[in-house]
Amino acid sequence: MILLAFLAQTLRIAIPYLFAAAGGTLSERAGLIALTLEGYMLGGAFCAAVASYQAGSPWIGMLAALAGGGALALLYAVCTIRFRADQVVVGIAINLLAIGLTRFFLRLLFDSSSNSPRVPGFQVEGSGTGFGALLQNPLVWIGLVTVALVTWVLYRTPFGLRVRAVGEHPAAAASVGVPVARVRYLAVAASGMLAGLGGAYLSLDQHQFTDQMTAGRGFIALAAIIFGRWDPRRGALACLLFAAAETLQIRLQGSEALPSQFVEMIPYVLTIVALAGVVGRAVPPAALGKTTTE
Amino acid sequence: MTSDPMLQPVGEAPSIAATASAEKRVSRRTALEEAIIPPLVALLLAAVVGDALILSFGQSPGAVYKLLLDGTWGNAYGFGQVLYKATTLTFTGLAVGLGLRAGLFNIGAESQLAAGGFVAALAGLLLPAGIPALLCLPVYLLAAALGGGVVGAVPGVLKARFGAHEVIVTIMLNFVVLALLNYLVSAKLHVPDTLHTPELKSGALPRLSDLASPFHGSAANATILLAIATAIVLGWYLFRTRRGFELRSVGLQPAAAEYAGVHVAGVTWRALAVSGAIAGLGGLNYVLGYKHYYEEGFATGAGFLGIAVALVGRSHPAGIVVAALLFATLSQGGLAVNALVPKQMVDVLQAVVILAVATSVPEVRRLLRDARAGGLGR
Repeated sequence: MILLAFLAQTLRIAIPYLFAAAGGTLSERAGLIALTLEGYMLGGAFCAAVASYQAGSPWIGMLAALAGGGALALLYAVCTIRFRADQVVVGIAINLLAIGLTRFFLRLLFDSSSNSPRVPGFQVEGSGTGFGALLQNPLVWIGLVTVALVTWVLYRTPFGLRVRAVGEHPAAAASVGVPVARVRYLAVAASGMLAGLGGAYLSLDQHQFTDQMTAGRGFIALAAIIFGRWDPRRGALACLLFAAAETLQIRLQGSEALPSQFVEMIPYVLTIVALAGVVGRAVPPAALGKTTTE
Repeated sequence: MTSDPMLQPVGEAPSIAATASAEKRVSRRTALEEAIIPPLVALLLAAVVGDALILSFGQSPGAVYKLLLDGTWGNAYGFGQVLYKATTLTFTGLAVGLGLRAGLFNIGAESQLAAGGFVAALAGLLLPAGIPALLCLPVYLLAAALGGGVVGAVPGVLKARFGAHEVIVTIMLNFVVLALLNYLVSAKLHVPDTLHTPELKSGALPRLSDLASPFHGSAANATILLAIATAIVLGWYLFRTRRGFELRSVGLQPAAAEYAGVHVAGVTWRALAVSGAIAGLGGLNYVLGYKHYYEEGFATGAGFLGIAVALVGRSHPAGIVVAALLFATLSQGGLAVNALVPKQMVDVLQAVVILAVATSVPEVRRLLRDARAGGLGR
């Protein structure tokens, strides 16, 4: 029973990571750094909360999260692809923009600087926190399917091949007729929509939006992508690993065995170690972060 | 990322053109235009977005902007707060700017600032009481620079030794360092019921309010002199020393620099370590000049804003000081206008400024070049 509860909690924590990491993998494999996942998630969480509140339906909230995350992603894409601005700078600005906009509209719409009112979510009242309740949440299923879908798209479809091509060698891809910019726009838009869904899971699960509620989850997802060496399946496993560590930390809370701060560090330390190549070097897509000059 | 025009130094003409003085004048004008137009475009865009946000809240933009100026430059307290915030931002801006000059993106200023403040506060606990401030100062400078420098050196060494991308490493390290500091403060060093360390035993810097009473209550302090001195020294180092030249050459063209005999790996890790040390010095503004202890979260946001400051200041020490004042005015101004529009508006405007500068730099460059090429053709 304890093991089952542990697994349920792990999955519950992992779902937003799975969404964001799956989306971010697409973006990074297409050559665009996914520093923006944090912003997409925050935007998605906010739009989901607002729409679910206004329409009284979490499904509408879900659609709004797709739109919100997607809109931020398009802004990122336009700045970096059309205007060839530096991806890291724009990425940071998008994250700040998401924080700013959600705060501003939280004040404008709900006259609060901390949280939204209670919004409808997917859970059936009184069903608890175990697996049963979890599996009633369609976003859990969609999240699991997303991982499989992104893997399939990336490795088994022409579009996926193009994504990988423009991320490794855009000039070569362009020379055989791949519309580099269009493929990148699509990959980035998809990453924003998926990460937005991850955010929607957060706000709908907690039945409200709170200021900066993503709390660095986008960066954990980015860490999972890198730790999973830009492969969606390994990335998903990394998400589960990081979520399990978090679950452990929550379960151990109060005990003196291991300070919670050290558990918090795990994803980040593992990522740094992976990048430094101590155990199997993580090598990014060749064109990642490079400004193309077509 | 080094290939990006954004990261390339401005204000310098290509050396081949330096032979003919007329050409030099033209290219200097070009460089100046390319440096100054993007921030102006960005400010204009920010003003438009700001107007839209203010109108959406049913207020008049004119009234809000007037209140913003009154609350910042219009009275001694507000101005003191602007100076205080600008001091921290100057340090983080210089730190990021130095990295950019070497073609490196230091996103770790946030945790380097915190680490510098923490180690300085630690030094303050170890110093005996009653030592004159002037004697303590070198100890604090060393401590803060060491704290930030060590945090900066880690990504530097990982990049130089293993090629690990400094952007990701500095981001990840932010979380690691902040969690570590959180542990040290909450588990070992805090004053009961607070999240801060005990006060420094000696050597606190005077506040501006000690010299001029209208500043009363504002946090501005003598660290501002240190910030200005750091900017001057950095400008001298970058543009007047061999090391600085090597650093800029690595930022412009690492392969060419290597060919010319520059030890690129060495420049890389030293640049990030010094960048971290400069950010670390920024911690003194809070620890030595304002509160006299290290407190959880004092550095929040200042590291990321440092990136904005360095960009708008075009990685030039003088530009960075001006940009730090601008961003400090915005963030203090947000508090001043909070009665009319949410202060959160400022968060949006800051993001818009970064976005617009980043986007307009390559665009302005292209447009200017096109315009000139067109002019010559006709």
